[in-house]
Formats: sequence, structure tokens, C-alpha cells
Amino acid sequence: MSPFLAGATWLLVFQFVGEVVVRLAGLPLPGPVAGMALLLAALLVRGRVALPLAAAADGLAKHLSLLFVPAGVGVIMYARRLADEWVPIAVALVVSTVLAIAVAALVFRWLARGTAPADES
Amino acid sequence: MSEPIFALWVYLAATPLAGLTVTLAAYMAGFAIYERARFHPLANPVPIAVAIVVVVLAATHTDYRTYFDGAQFVHFLLGPAVVGLAVPLAREWPRVRRLALPIAGALLAGSAVAALSALGIAWALGASPGTLASIAPKSVTAPIAMGIAESIGGVPALAAVFAVTTGVVGAVTGKYVLDACRVTDWPARGFALGLAAHGIGTARAFQVSGEAGAFAGLAFALHGLFAALAFPLARWLVQSFL
Repeated sequence: MSPFLAGATWLLVFQFVGEVVVRLAGLPLPGPVAGMALLLAALLVRGRVALPLAAAADGLAKHLSLLFVPAGVGVIMYARRLADEWVPIAVALVVSTVLAIAVAALVFRWLARGTAPADES
Repeated sequence: MSEPIFALWVYLAATPLAGLTVTLAAYMAGFAIYERARFHPLANPVPIAVAIVVVVLAATHTDYRTYFDGAQFVHFLLGPAVVGLAVPLAREWPRVRRLALPIAGALLAGSAVAALSALGIAWALGASPGTLASIAPKSVTAPIAMGIAESIGGVPALAAVFAVTTGVVGAVTGKYVLDACRVTDWPARGFALGLAAHGIGTARAFQVSGEAGAFAGLAFALHGLFAALAFPLARWLVQSFL
């Protein structure tokens, strides 16, 4: 069987289980996020990542940005609101994103300095 | 347009085939430009592809719902892609464990700054309440941001647009912001990009370095997990004490 198909099947199985767990437990979480946590736990218990799974996951990660195009095109439904409020929206999105990147990176580096030496492996 | 060709167009436009084909073709064009520009951050393929699709839809008078009937097959793959983020995470696990403290600190500080600064700025500049509730989860990945926006009185589809726009802004500006902050190590750079710009920032990080990509994927997943829990809690606190 094609390795990609086997890997894709595992991803769907974990998403499915994640979806079931979230619904049954009433967690305020998206199913795929729960599926990711379950898959991570399974991989850590097993101690290695099987090749088919790696092929499927890496294939999707490589073109992750494609998957956001349909949601992005939704911009056409809100053309009027966006035209009316473009100043607060544009300023808020750009400034808050730049701030979040800077704060996250600086806090990460500051806390990493105290705990672990930078490894050059 | 002659009658048979018009009939053919009516048929094609009503099947998922058209929306799916346009999405993939537009992305291929966007990615070709991105490659040509040697992966320059300003040539991000997402806005290019979105712009091409928007022009095609406008030119053919196709509404978003019809388009999404086809494009949903691409949109659906976000689920398995999020699940698949466990793979780079498992590979980097020893480093993730060692960096647990910076990861937790950057997650808390970064997610608070992302949501509160967006809310504060939009509010100060006079955005409407519906826009405010839709913009608050903008650094969270689109599928999760939609759920959060809905639970706090926003518009899910608008939240998705804000999330995608935020992802693009982060992927485009990230390199310059991180260089200006003089943060050079891949884990910190990747984590910041994934936290602030979710999947689109993560895609950018993977294109630059596998290590940065793994930490971006970690930040993107943790932020989604954290926000899905924190926003309902914040709403409850605000309602209880204000």
C-alpha cells in the first residue's frame, strides 16, 4: 500500500478519535487539537515516528499555507464592513501582530537564557 | 457567450470542481511567484492566491458559498494538518522538554499581548462591537478563532478573515521584527512566529528552517489549545465582575 495513504489514514483516525473525545467529554477544544495531543502522546510512547506518518504529516505541513486560502477568500463577504472600518482593523492587526511576535520572542529568549545553555548541535 | 458554452459554464460553476480547481491553480501561481522571489517574506503565496481567487469570483459573478462548496475540500485538510503537527513536535521533543519554561512564558505573554493589544487598538480607533469580538482571537488559527468569536458574540467568518490576515502580516513582517529584536536562535524565532501568526507563520517558518517550523507548530498548537480554554474563562470573569 502507498505509504502516503497509510499515513493520511492515521491522521484521520487520530482526528476522528480527538473529535469523539472532545464531544463525549464536553471539552471546549477543537477536535483536531485533541487529536494532535493524542497522536503526540502515542508517538512519545512508541519512541519513533513511522515513515508513512512522517510522509503524510510533512506533506501537509509543507503546503500548510494553501489550506488557509478558502477561509481568506471569505474577505469578499465582508467587503462593506471592512471598507467602513478598515483603519481600526488594519492598525489593530498589524500593530498587535508585530507586538506579539516581539514579546513572544524576547520572553522566550529571556527565559531560555536562565534554564538551558544554547546547544550548537 | 454562445448557448452551449454558457450551459457548460453554468454546469461547471455549480459543481465543486470549479472552486477546487481555482483554489489550487491560484495557489500554484502564488507559490511560483514566491519561489521566483526566492521565498522573500513580502511575496507570501497566501495573499497572492486569495487575490487571484477574489478576482476570478468577481469576474464570473460567483458568490462565496458556491465557491466554498468546492474549496471546502482544501479547507477540510486543516484538520489532519493540525493533527500532523504532532510529528515535528515528537521529533523535537527532547528540546521542547528542556525549553518548557520559555515555552510557557512566551505562550502566556504572547497570547495576552496579541489579544489585548488588538482589542485595545481596535476599540480606541472606534471599531464596532461585532468587529471587536471577531478581532480578539485573531492570532489563533482560523478554525479555532471562528469558534471563539462565536462564543463571545463575534462573526465566525469575519474572525477567519482576521486570522488569515494576521497570519499573512506575521509571515511577512516576522523576519524584520525578529531581526530588529536581535533574536537569532531558531526555537525562539519559530515559536514567536507560530504563536502570533498560527499556521501561516508556521508554514513560513518551515520554509526557512525545519527546527523553526517544529517550534512554530508547537506554538500554533499550544496557542489554539490555550485560547480555546482561556477565552471562555476570560468572558466568564468579565461577566462576573463587571
